[in-house]
Amino acid sequence: MPPHAPALAAPPDSKDVRIHTAVRPRDTPREAALNAIELREVNLSYGENHVLHDITMDIGEKQVTAFIGPSGCGKSTLLRCLNRMNDLIDGVRVSGGVKVKGQDLYAPDTDVIEVRRRVGMVFQKSNPFPKSIYENVVYGLRIAGIRDRSTLDEACERSLRAAALWDEVKDRLDESGLSLSGGQQQRLCIARAIAVEPEIVLMDEPCSALDPIATLKIEELIYSLKERYTIVTVTHNLQQAARVSDMTAFFWLGKLIEYGKTPEVFTRPGEKLTEDYITGRFG
Amino acid sequence: MTGQRATPRVGATHASPLRRLLQRGDPFVWLTGSALGICLLMIAGLVAIVLTKGLGFFWPGQLLQVALTDGRVFLGEVVTRETIPDPDRPDRRPRHRIQLHVGNRDLYGADFKWIDEDDIARSGYPLDALYVERREYGPLLATPQLVKRGEQTLAQGAGAATQMLDGLVRQAARDRQAISQIEKGEIGAINYEIERLRLRTRRLELLAAREPGRDVSAARAVIDQAATTAQRRYQGKQQELEGVVAAASSTYVTFVTAEGAHKELRALDLFRAYAANRLSWWARARIYFARLWEFLSGEPRESNTEGGVFPAIFGTVMMVILMSLMAVPFGVVAALYLREYARQGLLVRLVRIAVNNLAGVPSIVFGVFGLGFFIYTVGGSIDRWFFSESLPTPTFGTGGILWASLTLALLTVPVVIVAAEEALAAVPRSMREASYATGATKFQTILRVVLPAAAPGILTGLILAMARGAGEVAPLMITGVVKLAPELPLDAHFPFFHLDRKFMHLGFHIYDVGFQSPNVEAAKPMVYATTLLLLLIVVLLNLTAILVRNRLRKKFQTSAF
Repeated sequence: MPPHAPALAAPPDSKDVRIHTAVRPRDTPREAALNAIELREVNLSYGENHVLHDITMDIGEKQVTAFIGPSGCGKSTLLRCLNRMNDLIDGVRVSGGVKVKGQDLYAPDTDVIEVRRRVGMVFQKSNPFPKSIYENVVYGLRIAGIRDRSTLDEACERSLRAAALWDEVKDRLDESGLSLSGGQQQRLCIARAIAVEPEIVLMDEPCSALDPIATLKIEELIYSLKERYTIVTVTHNLQQAARVSDMTAFFWLGKLIEYGKTPEVFTRPGEKLTEDYITGRFG
Repeated sequence: MTGQRATPRVGATHASPLRRLLQRGDPFVWLTGSALGICLLMIAGLVAIVLTKGLGFFWPGQLLQVALTDGRVFLGEVVTRETIPDPDRPDRRPRHRIQLHVGNRDLYGADFKWIDEDDIARSGYPLDALYVERREYGPLLATPQLVKRGEQTLAQGAGAATQMLDGLVRQAARDRQAISQIEKGEIGAINYEIERLRLRTRRLELLAAREPGRDVSAARAVIDQAATTAQRRYQGKQQELEGVVAAASSTYVTFVTAEGAHKELRALDLFRAYAANRLSWWARARIYFARLWEFLSGEPRESNTEGGVFPAIFGTVMMVILMSLMAVPFGVVAALYLREYARQGLLVRLVRIAVNNLAGVPSIVFGVFGLGFFIYTVGGSIDRWFFSESLPTPTFGTGGILWASLTLALLTVPVVIVAAEEALAAVPRSMREASYATGATKFQTILRVVLPAAAPGILTGLILAMARGAGEVAPLMITGVVKLAPELPLDAHFPFFHLDRKFMHLGFHIYDVGFQSPNVEAAKPMVYATTLLLLLIVVLLNLTAILVRNRLRKKFQTSAF
């Protein structure tokens, strides 16, 4: 137990203390920020395989929260709990409470479609549909039954501008989304995710398949999107987490080890494991 | 040498050359290469045989006249030349014989004649010998001598008669068309009307029998009135037809064969006549294409061994299209359930195995099922409920293009299911997730993302299904194919698509002409030509589907493929 971080040094078995310290980091960047997402003792298992153990944390509104940790630590799985993408996998069981703006995601009467509209997602590999750029962006709106051309046009331009892609594609909206470069495709996917005006955008390693310049653009984009959306991102790139996120959560073997303000986690980690991980001793 | 021995490579020094060869895998390359080569050779050989025999059939050859030592004379096209097998005296100089297509079946009784080359005294190519295609008995190979209309002589002597012949053939074609116009068009329409009136009468009778109190006499009177009018019109047309036939039948041409036999032929029965040994290459080419066109667009005559195969082409294409329209939606929907909705467990695995095995069931079994279920059960019920007035003549309770297509759809649906399932499975997970993440339901995702992306693979299934369906004959023979269908399943009479009608099919045509016709030897080239046509149609249908698939592929290409 490292003596220099008493606030986060609660023993793993004493849940009460840990919740207290982890949930309320001493000073959040925006004092007015509410909690967009509240997780309470979330457990998840695939069949016999227990993947997430008692995750309890609050994610602040209009902040960027980064999940870090070695491969297989459950951070992507947790991210997918936040818009119930795990429902698509057979044999997944989730217990505990996940609340988005006070709404319990796993309550029996929750509409999954509605949840996913409120919580958008961007994936590791850019996955535009084999349709035109325009149709890619307005896909979610069409799904929602919007047919009015001017509404769609407006949403398309707004989303592409927000995704910093408008200037590059405004003259070729009819071309296939697959004709774009990798970085552009990923920004197209971000535009598609924000076109339906979600409250939260989940990003699952959005830059892992991109070159450094494209990565930089996405990072800038994440930074600007923070103004309007709550962003939760999973990343393997620690520098990236340090650059873009306000809060950082470190996971290890399906457990939340440490959660706090990014500068603190990186400069004064409270746990030995966190320190070992961010200094590159494992992972 | 010593340097080499100083650094021995492990294994290399001990392995025999053969073993080293096997390890390197060269023989494996030869094996795979030659397997492919043999396959290609067999396919190329098949196509080459069908192509030469099928296309050569229409080429007008020269007519050889041979005078034998015993005084007999024959005129005909040389079909083949072969060595006479003589096993008793293998050392002797080999003797040859030629096969002549002498035609004139009505005079000789057979179309072909084998002639030993040793028996030939003289041979030559007579310029005035004509090759005459006619309505019956195969071709007539002879020289025209006399043209008469009634008792009046129009031309006498080979030269004058030959000159007149072209005009007579053209006139005969016009007359035949006029007759067919009256017979099939006008009289056909009246017949159709009379039949409908008869059915209405019958329906009234049935109604009266069911409800004894009902008065149907007024309706009866109207129908009877119409029937009488139709009957009168029918008789008028019949008289007109007889007049036209009589006028056209008055002209006769008398031919003299090489042997000196006389044959009188009605001008109306002439289809084509040409002086085979006088033709330029250009004229031959014209006849070639005229015959080819007749083959593709004409109706069959002489129990299918001559004329065209248009009804069979039409039947084949229409049946394949109907089959695809039924098999593809059905197969895709079934595959969607299996792949997207069903819980992947033992039951689904069993269903999948069953579907795969269904593709291996002998096609005749499907035919029998089609006969028993579709025709007798479903068709019989339809007849009882909707067409009771025409019973005991069945409408849907007998073979027809609908039932044949349904049977074939059943036969090919496993292929579509398997292909569609694979196509659905190949749609990348990331694309589905992208759709779900924007708030799409499963149904919306399938409709807007999965199905379009799987469309090329589904079309592959369609291509396989069409290839199998178009070539299938056995199940059709008991579900609606006939040797000669008087009417196409699509015509100008309401409701235009007559799915209850029997139809002709190229595959069955091959079987029928090749094995069931009275004159198999003469019909052999026709079999090749029909085979070639069937192959071409299958290729064309597939090519269309492949083009559509490639366009879709380009459109829905994903980075994952």
